[in-house]
Amino acid sequence: MKILVGIKRVVDYNVRVRVLPDGSGVDTDGVKMSVNPFDEIALEEALRIKEAGKADEVIVVSAGGDECQQQLRTGLAMGADRAIQVQTSEALQPLSVARVFLKIIEREDPGLVILGKQAIDDDNSQTAQMLAALWDRPQATFASNMDIDGASATVIREVDAGLETIEIDLPAVVSVDLRMNEPRFVKLPDIMKAKRKPLEVISVEDLGVAIDGQISVSQFTPPPQRDKGIMVEDAAQLVQELKNRGLL
Amino acid sequence: MSRILIIAEHDGTALNISTAKCVTCAQAMGGDIDIAVFGDAIDSVAAEAAALDSVNKVIAVSAGHLAAPLAVNWAAEAVALASDYSHLLGPSTTFGRDLMPRIAALCGVNQVSDIMEVDGTNAFRRPVYAGNAIVLVEPGSATKVVATVRIASWKAAGGSGSASVENAGASSSPAAHTRYVGLTSEGGERPDLQSANKVVSGGRALGSEENFELIYGLADKLGAGVGASRAAVDAGYCANDMQVGQTGKIISPDLYMAFGISGAIQHVTGIKDAGTIVAVNKDSEAPIFEIADIGLVGDLFNVIPELENLLG
Repeated sequence: MKILVGIKRVVDYNVRVRVLPDGSGVDTDGVKMSVNPFDEIALEEALRIKEAGKADEVIVVSAGGDECQQQLRTGLAMGADRAIQVQTSEALQPLSVARVFLKIIEREDPGLVILGKQAIDDDNSQTAQMLAALWDRPQATFASNMDIDGASATVIREVDAGLETIEIDLPAVVSVDLRMNEPRFVKLPDIMKAKRKPLEVISVEDLGVAIDGQISVSQFTPPPQRDKGIMVEDAAQLVQELKNRGLL
Repeated sequence: MSRILIIAEHDGTALNISTAKCVTCAQAMGGDIDIAVFGDAIDSVAAEAAALDSVNKVIAVSAGHLAAPLAVNWAAEAVALASDYSHLLGPSTTFGRDLMPRIAALCGVNQVSDIMEVDGTNAFRRPVYAGNAIVLVEPGSATKVVATVRIASWKAAGGSGSASVENAGASSSPAAHTRYVGLTSEGGERPDLQSANKVVSGGRALGSEENFELIYGLADKLGAGVGASRAAVDAGYCANDMQVGQTGKIISPDLYMAFGISGAIQHVTGIKDAGTIVAVNKDSEAPIFEIADIGLVGDLFNVIPELENLLG
């Protein structure tokens, strides 16, 4: 079985994002870029499934400009077998990304597609669900545990009410939540080895995906700031302050 | 004119408050508002939906295979109704985030996620980068709009309406490839985190599952819901459904009290809409104090028992 894993290049988790003065976007100049943290968890899960003897090959896929090869190489260094860059200069929205993945699925015939539950830049949380819809296959979103048994899998999902368990037949799309696993650290020899692993580049046009229906995104503004608060000295003052504000 | 269909969230017996919040967002868009209730034996839920203000009609689709909210089955029902509507809305809870993108893809459109403000016809504002930026999104007037509503940004609609209820059978057959097994919940009797007026929240500084009892004790004294930072959940001090933040729940209680939470940006994004934020932390440099309305530098293991005493 092959496993496809999606990799998105995003502004690093630890960067304090700043909105550009002209409102055209956020400042990415000289800013550290990384693999979307949820995608790292997705890849880690794929690697563990392979290491458990339940998959033969792990393929990482990213859609973007050549700069996303950096993140694909990180995926290869973590242990993916090969990488596919779907080349585009446009910032693809989830429906377009799902269409791209569907084309890759038609070429690769994977048994499982594992994606992060959301990207930490646009926070959309859509791509896995859309891909499952277009592929007409099961979706198991926000997964914190997955147990593959032959042609099906039992997945535990983190939902607002608690933990939901579902069974899905493969092939399927799974999107992973934070507590699925702890991704491994990449070691230097692995980075060297990753340079020799295959990285295929296909343009979005050659793949035959039309990029349409993108939603216009504009007018980036910083969020409204909360007014400066006060400090109290002890619990008694805190209770008094809450009473003054009618909260107790 | 817009024709808006809201997909109701419920647990089989009661409507989730997220649906009433979607109605308020729909009111801001303007147009006819219908609500679809999918499930099995859902008369009482449909009646609750019909009582929401400014709802025109409730469509109750009942079938055995719709009892569990599996996105694959519910999306098929929503798509069967979609041609009559210009807008399909669901809440940005895990329920809506699971379901709505599947509907959007079947309708062939991108989805607008997390609407926090309506700013004209088919123009919406939403947060990105964990709430560090707000953007204007415009899907265009020609396309069907499928969207999730950021429920922390909207008040619940009132319940003095009297819409008609139209009962219908399922128009799709169950998907054999996906099977619902069950739900385990640790919620208990405490107020639901997402609708509680007060929330008491604990972080890594609690140090253990046993110590987290302090948070429950204070919450019960205040009649508050209980939240947690990602660090506390990851460390196993409490259940995942308590996590507040970018990847957990986004909440807007009147009072939010954070104990031993440093205030990482990913946590803060989940509480920005709270009325009053109280922070108690040993570290006077903790970033949580930057957004707190009332801050107290102190050891939570002393402060919480003192608070309990003072509250009597």
